Amino acid sequence: MTLQENLGPRIDRPLVVADGPSISPLKQGGTVSTATIGPWRLIGRKLLRQKVAMIAGAVILILYLVGLFAEFLAPFLPTTSKPQYTYAPPQAISLFVTNPDGSSDFRPHVKGYRVEIDKVALRRTFVVDETKVVPIGFFVKGPAYHLFGLIPMDRHLIGPLNPADPMYLLGTDRLGRDVFSRLVHGTRVSMSIGLVGVGVSLVLGVVFGAISGFYGGWVDMLIQRVIEVVSAMPTIPLWLGLAAAIPLTWSPLTVYFVITIIVSLLGWTSLAREVRGRFLALRSEDFVTAARLDGSSETRLIFRHILPSLTSHILAVVTLAVPTMIVAETSLSFLGIGLKPPVVSWGVLLQDAQNIRTVATAPWLLIWPSLAVVVAVLSFNFFGDGLRDAADPYDN
Amino acid sequence: MVAPTDDTVLSVEDLSIDFRLRTHILHAVEKVSFELKQGQTLCLVGESGSGKSVTARSLLQIVDRPGRITGGRILLTTEGVVTDIAALSPDSTAMRAIRGRRIGLIFQEPMSSLSPVHTIGSQIIEAIRLHSALDAKAARERMIELLRQVEIAAPEKMADRYTFEYSGGMRQRAMIAMALAGNPDILIADEPTTALDVTTQAEILDLIKRLQVSRGMAMLLITHDMGVVAEVADKVAVMRFGRLVEQGPVDQIYHQPVHPYTSQLLASTVKLTRHAEARPPAVTSGPEPVLSVRNLSKTFGSNGPNAIKAVDDASFDLYPGENLGIVGESGSGKTTLGRLILRTVEPSSGSVLYRDGQGVETDVTRLGRKELRRFHRDVRLVFQDPFASLNPRMTVKEVIGDPLVVNGLARGRALEERVAELMRLVGLDPQAMERYPHAFSGGQRQRIGIARALALDPRIIIADEATSALDVSIRSQILDLLLDLRKRLDLSFLFISHDISVVRYFCDRVAVMHRGRIVEIGDAEQICTAPREAYTRSLISAVPNPDPRDKRMMHRQRFVAATPA
Amino acid sequence: MLGYIFKRLVYMIPTLFGMSLISFLIIQLPPGDYLSSMIATMSDSGQAVDPDEIERLKQIYGFDDPFYIQYVKWIWGILSRGDFGWSFEWNQPVSGLIWARMGSTLVISLLSLLFVWIVALPIGIYSAVRRHSIGDHVFTFLGFIGLAVPNFILALTLMYVAYRYLGQSVGGFFSPEYAEAPWSLAKLWDLLAHLWIPIIIIGASGTAALIRILRANLTDELHKPYVVTARAKGLPEYKVILKYPVRIALNPFVSAIGWVLPHLVSGVTITAIVLNLPTAGPLLFRALVSQDMYLAGSFILLLSALTLVGMLLSDLLLAILDPRIRFN
Repeated sequence: MTLQENLGPRIDRPLVVADGPSISPLKQGGTVSTATIGPWRLIGRKLLRQKVAMIAGAVILILYLVGLFAEFLAPFLPTTSKPQYTYAPPQAISLFVTNPDGSSDFRPHVKGYRVEIDKVALRRTFVVDETKVVPIGFFVKGPAYHLFGLIPMDRHLIGPLNPADPMYLLGTDRLGRDVFSRLVHGTRVSMSIGLVGVGVSLVLGVVFGAISGFYGGWVDMLIQRVIEVVSAMPTIPLWLGLAAAIPLTWSPLTVYFVITIIVSLLGWTSLAREVRGRFLALRSEDFVTAARLDGSSETRLIFRHILPSLTSHILAVVTLAVPTMIVAETSLSFLGIGLKPPVVSWGVLLQDAQNIRTVATAPWLLIWPSLAVVVAVLSFNFFGDGLRDAADPYDN
Repeated sequence: MVAPTDDTVLSVEDLSIDFRLRTHILHAVEKVSFELKQGQTLCLVGESGSGKSVTARSLLQIVDRPGRITGGRILLTTEGVVTDIAALSPDSTAMRAIRGRRIGLIFQEPMSSLSPVHTIGSQIIEAIRLHSALDAKAARERMIELLRQVEIAAPEKMADRYTFEYSGGMRQRAMIAMALAGNPDILIADEPTTALDVTTQAEILDLIKRLQVSRGMAMLLITHDMGVVAEVADKVAVMRFGRLVEQGPVDQIYHQPVHPYTSQLLASTVKLTRHAEARPPAVTSGPEPVLSVRNLSKTFGSNGPNAIKAVDDASFDLYPGENLGIVGESGSGKTTLGRLILRTVEPSSGSVLYRDGQGVETDVTRLGRKELRRFHRDVRLVFQDPFASLNPRMTVKEVIGDPLVVNGLARGRALEERVAELMRLVGLDPQAMERYPHAFSGGQRQRIGIARALALDPRIIIADEATSALDVSIRSQILDLLLDLRKRLDLSFLFISHDISVVRYFCDRVAVMHRGRIVEIGDAEQICTAPREAYTRSLISAVPNPDPRDKRMMHRQRFVAATPA
Repeated sequence: MLGYIFKRLVYMIPTLFGMSLISFLIIQLPPGDYLSSMIATMSDSGQAVDPDEIERLKQIYGFDDPFYIQYVKWIWGILSRGDFGWSFEWNQPVSGLIWARMGSTLVISLLSLLFVWIVALPIGIYSAVRRHSIGDHVFTFLGFIGLAVPNFILALTLMYVAYRYLGQSVGGFFSPEYAEAPWSLAKLWDLLAHLWIPIIIIGASGTAALIRILRANLTDELHKPYVVTARAKGLPEYKVILKYPVRIALNPFVSAIGWVLPHLVSGVTITAIVLNLPTAGPLLFRALVSQDMYLAGSFILLLSALTLVGMLLSDLLLAILDPRIRFN
């Protein structure tokens, strides 16, 4: 061997070579050199290989888009109530209308309702009437709104051609409000609480975690004790205690922000722990010592050498923390001490499902908001898991 | 089936093992054949990635997935009956009856190879009772007897201790006792002494050899160390990249090697038993030392009975152009000494006097932050672990260029040119500067680390076990590179190592450390051939000599350290 | 070992102090003085207000004092006379209301913990040993679902299913006919018939989390050299796995109590509110809504202390399990 022992990375070598055990390809095509690919692209590649995580990521993206375009996607306003349609069951969309002569025309529609009297309970109930046709369409005119609070519009993605007609794809609630529209609007509030909450948590967690991990000593001691106390306290009683103190007179927006802060106040500890742990591990890594001996300042050590190795891991933990926030908001609002009507969130929607008799009458009040929560939480978990697996680009 | 000759206990024929990985199949072992004979030791020798460990494990069918035996036979002869191990299912009763009973196995890492939550005694008893009908009491007696055979003092007491209460050498003794519990005919030792200090290594090898002879076992010893091979082998098989390149009696392999790889492996090993030929005259008088360490001490923990004196009253001088070796076993304080000089660990007492290029003297222990930074430009560190010491998220250009950027010495085009120059200096192709460290081999990474150290035109380089993570052939290349650099760049080296042969090859003078103290300091050749202190003598005599005609280690001198009062 | 226990106990003190501080903060959080609001409510409803009684309460809890004095008075009351404060809604000492509720909370939490362990252990081992098998994928998927469904949604769903398809109301601990009856086998059976639903609800996410932890840890341990050693001795595979890696992977499993228990107590709280179980949850919730803050704060403190005791237990269990902890 020469002084320059096997220059060039091992990955670039031909398939049967003299500088390692021989290998055979599993499939044609061979491997691509990763020698000059940066860590973030390697992480991206690893992530792309995980199908479940990618699907989950797509679902998350869709949920946020739904939140962003809620007014456009919802056929009605979330607060519009039509007492003539209380607890109306969900309708299915049909594409074709069968004419009396047996032929069929393409005319998207839903079926209307008729009233039945429940003789036992002595109540009016709505049932779908297969004979009534309510024509529907895309990009129809409906209630006016401002997209992003700016652009005045009155078109909706989907809706009845006649705005006064009933089209309740997911049914209605006690006041005859469209559950689908409310769900769409609730998505905005619930998903954004997760995001904002995690943002606050992240700031707290990274700042305290980094301080704790980098400086050590009594600062570390103190922060660790605080984290210990907060994380040892059962979350729901604590959330309840904090949320119950919110005065009833506060505006919905204030309540929204206070709830976000409550939720994130308790969520930052796990983040801080993670950041501290990684910081401690990285601080004693040889390459950090090397950088210190190169003359790097503390700031440069943190920002140039330690944080870049942390970011992907932090990103994964943050993703995994979002569901906790969503569940927290939902739980509090469900109990009636979080967000309150007229704000619409998934938790507020579930408030209507508190009574088991109501649920028995109108199971859709429980099913759809629950499904939204579960799908959102599941997606964040899957995506976060994938991120975590991909977070270390050099670990096989 | 060809009947093997009478004293052959195990015969491996055309063994192949594949690893089916995500992107490709790795042929870890290809058509390997060898025989183990009763009372004989076969050494399977090779560098990392040669497939020697996998071969050893396949004999017990304990190759980790996704590894799989894809061809060949492993014929085990017990009392005239021949069994093909390769044809047995790994989970079968027949296979389990062979493990431990016919073939015993010793591993490299005794700490992680023993369960941390079971006592040593219980783990050995388990092995005894698996292969005998002894009751609990008799098994315990047998276990104590085994511990006595492997020379563990007070076996009755030590049997009920846990792994973490044993020293490294004792753990390996316990491991040997466990391997012998089933009275096997064959003993496989997979790098049994690699994790141990050189004096402990000598004792363990000695023990294994004696047990093997007295029990008439066949032994397969897996190692990368040609010195160890020369000391214990009867026959040698050399592996490289999954293939067996040469095998034969030990004397023939060492004195008439046929395959060029064997010759090269031997040459790299033998080269390190002498001082490097390109040797500048040792300068111990005349110019003043660049670095004078005086009474340097470091105590960990508060002053009290629990305080540990990691470095105790160390004093020495480093002269311009000199390579000073600091040699010692694990826990001797050599690494701490290096860190004290750089002040990444703060000394408890003593002084480090540094004389810069203009002859201005400064006491490093009194420097403020800013002056310390200037000191760190002149005195650089090369790390042991070529993987951990390079930031995986920076390109080679960024890694080597970082000290230049931080100190504001070069930017843009000039930076690139300087990095290229440094890369050429350490024998790397500058075209690879946009690559990330993971694309380089261990030896190449160590060159990157050296280039980073050189970037600031240092006067002294502290190399902390800089070659111990490397294979022997790469190790000598890196040492030659450092020698060459010293001449060209007028450097002084403080070379910290546990490896006496490396120090002997590379250094002009050597300081021997033992329990935090420098016990002897002197000319490298003198220390290695005629040491004065008893500890040094035991250390030097424990180093295996890569020549089967001159087995040094087996008649080594023991050193019993006086226990500190 | 004794020294270790002592150290852990001493270690708990600052944590407990922090918890009491947070609990008291919650007591103080709502604006206004409950005493005056209570007086107002009582006079509104035409009840007689005894000025001596008011004065006495003022004295004991120091309503006119600054925050820290009130805190000290509260803590001192708890430590010296077991007095947690006054419930203004129930008009009696808090200590008279909490203990029965805390007892049932403890029982449910422990039963859930037991459930979590019994279910998670075999599934975790199976999933790690048969990694990527169909069974593993099924359990992993179920685990994800278990993690994703919030307690109260699971509770509502099970309630709905039981109501709709079994025609059974699942709230409470007992059927009406046993509620006031003396203890008997039949009553115990009735209790168990009521308990399994809340236990599954409370334990679901904890089980899922523990399965994942065990699976990850055991997968790591399965490749450790000591496992190869055990195999090389000639031990049968099931013994190799159960005696060595499982034993060591139990450590994180046991220390998981530290966070599983707060999680379970949390779960008990909200599940009990939904299912109307006579545990701390509904009473705490009611106290919070009516701003009966001494009652609420005391519950929060005691529920936190409960998890602390759990952590102590897990530390001790860990020390028994692992000699490395015991000896250091």
